[in-house]
Amino acid sequence: MTSPTTPIAASAVTGAPEPPPSALIRQRTRAAWIFLTPTLIAMALVAGWPLARTFWFAFTDANLTDLGASQFVGLESLKYVLEDPDWWTTVWTTFRFAFVSVFLETLLGLIIALSLNAHFRGRAVLRAAVLVPWAIPTVVSARMWAWMFNDIYGVINAIFLKLGLINEALAWTAEPGLSFVAVVAVDVWKTTPFMALLILAALQMLPGDIYEAAKIDGAGPIRSFFQVTLPLLRGPLMVAIIFRMLDALRVFDVFFVLTGGSTDTMPMAGYARQRMFEYQEIGVGSASASLLFAIIALFTAVYMVVGRVKLTGD
Amino acid sequence: MKKVLAGLAAAATFIAPSLALAEKLVIACGSVGQEADVCKQGAEAWAKKTGNTVELMSVPQDAGQQLAQFQQLLAAGSADVDVIRIDVVWPGLMANNFIDLKPYFGDDVLKEHFQPIVKNNTVNGKLIAIPWFTDAGLLYYRQDLLEKHGQKPPTTWQELAQSAKVVLEAEKKAGDSKLVGFVFQGKAYEGLTCNALEWIDSFNGGTIVDSTGKVTVNNPKAVEAVDFFAGLVGNVVPKGVLNYQEEEARNAFQAGNAVFMRNWPYAWALVNGKDSPVAGKVGVMALPKGGADGKATGTLGGWQLGVSKFSKNQKLAADLVKYLTSPEEQKRRALVASFNPTIMSLYKDAELLKANPFMGKLYETFVNAVPRPTITGTKYNQVSTEFRNAVYSTLTGKGKAADNLKKVEGKLNNLGKGGKW
Repeated sequence: MTSPTTPIAASAVTGAPEPPPSALIRQRTRAAWIFLTPTLIAMALVAGWPLARTFWFAFTDANLTDLGASQFVGLESLKYVLEDPDWWTTVWTTFRFAFVSVFLETLLGLIIALSLNAHFRGRAVLRAAVLVPWAIPTVVSARMWAWMFNDIYGVINAIFLKLGLINEALAWTAEPGLSFVAVVAVDVWKTTPFMALLILAALQMLPGDIYEAAKIDGAGPIRSFFQVTLPLLRGPLMVAIIFRMLDALRVFDVFFVLTGGSTDTMPMAGYARQRMFEYQEIGVGSASASLLFAIIALFTAVYMVVGRVKLTGD
Repeated sequence: MKKVLAGLAAAATFIAPSLALAEKLVIACGSVGQEADVCKQGAEAWAKKTGNTVELMSVPQDAGQQLAQFQQLLAAGSADVDVIRIDVVWPGLMANNFIDLKPYFGDDVLKEHFQPIVKNNTVNGKLIAIPWFTDAGLLYYRQDLLEKHGQKPPTTWQELAQSAKVVLEAEKKAGDSKLVGFVFQGKAYEGLTCNALEWIDSFNGGTIVDSTGKVTVNNPKAVEAVDFFAGLVGNVVPKGVLNYQEEEARNAFQAGNAVFMRNWPYAWALVNGKDSPVAGKVGVMALPKGGADGKATGTLGGWQLGVSKFSKNQKLAADLVKYLTSPEEQKRRALVASFNPTIMSLYKDAELLKANPFMGKLYETFVNAVPRPTITGTKYNQVSTEFRNAVYSTLTGKGKAADNLKKVEGKLNNLGKGGKW
């Protein structure tokens, strides 16, 4: 709860230029920095250092067989990646995957959240149950689904055959077209609960009196959803989507476990891994990893500007 | 501080001899089929004999992923593993990270092994690994089903497709809806490189890159071979095979769901195991020829044991290698799990031939197996990946072999500048 006596909150509301902070505020800021320092140092060590090293390797011809012999080559490695059609195949695969799966997750998450928001007996149990897929590590769930997708003894083919939806067993994880469907399905299964929970949290913050007012004005459930709920949900929804998009763009494990090594079914992170560890080309691999980082950063920036998403909150 | 450290070091050397009695070694062997178990038994026998302990490092099934794991460990100078099982195509890639085993192995020991393998393990005069077992692709078939439907074991791939079709159609009519014709390793990984190399070589289409370093992958025979197999997919070969490694293929075959299977010798002991539904119904032979004027071939596989140069117990590790690659241990491994010995005299051992009848019959296959193009040295993995991606694309119906192999030819020519790999 923001207190009206604090000048910061007041200026945020009015948008007026900030008056100089009071002694208390300065003291609090200092304390915050002191408490944050260990975290920042730890972050710099475990995240900053590898990142900086990757950026450095991107400008060298480093090779895993002899890292000591690497030499500075400027933009050579980056050029190599940008001119490689395989890289662009993986970019296309990754974005297609990210858009399709995040769209489905948002839609399903919204539906589930709306259902869970209704008052009924056993709601708490159901809410906990919905979270189960999210709690399973991706590698484990992907492996599990890989068995279910097996062409000969997989349960998915068995069910579809029994229902008469298909005439013969499909090779879900082998054909590039189908394996894309399979990967999206596993991702949607795993991450929809996450979306549902974020949306549910937002739904529960919505004030009830607006709905009463809408009801008095004669709005039915569908109209009040589109004209009241959805506009109010917009902010949290946009934030939830960007979180999922960031996750989806750096996807690696679902693809790796389900489809294996072909370039046709490889995300950007898979390309970076292949260059680094299978080809021993740390230089080119780092260049592609840096490029992946840049693409995600750029995408996030564009999204936040276009969608006017504020991560700091009002 | 320095003095304290020096003191500690001195104390350590003083105590060390008493600690050295029981050292702990870590070995990384394979994980396909029952390999981890068999490796563990051998290592433990050595541990018991010498009073040390041996631990197994867990590794991925896929050889390519194993290599990635080892290279990361070794690039970091890690002493976490002492003995590493290395693939026949790795010596050129990993030579830097292994010790020279020459001081530990006399010429008399090395002479017992197949000489081409010993030569393959020698990089710039340094013996980086000792042969442990050798491999070549084999054709497994369901003897009972072929006999039931009046088919003979196929001598060519075309006959195999024909026989598979006859058996499939008859069995489908009789209600077996799960049966498929032919399974192999079709996932885009090193296994597909091995399979596709066999196809091409059996059609007389060469070896991707020849022994002088020239890229030969784009030729009419190779195109014919790859197109032939692409034509089988979705026909007698189920599309699911495109995501199979060794164990997926074996599971399908061993469950009685496939008429033919291409796999390595290790599968023999397992498909004839006590709990195998097809035990006693399986035949094994050399891979078929690519047409009447083709040749029977198999990709040369095989694994060796080397000692990491970062190992803190190199001498002891070399002793473990000596034990595991000895004739006695190789014979035991052949008896319990049908791993092909690398010691020539064992191929005349009656007990061993009784357990693995194919080893005597197929001796020629092992001797004449087609090697992968290791002349490409440190670029081997790239060559292999580009090649199998082209084959995989063709198998999934993305373009014809002629176009895909032509593309690979261009890429490989870029990689190996003018044959100088």
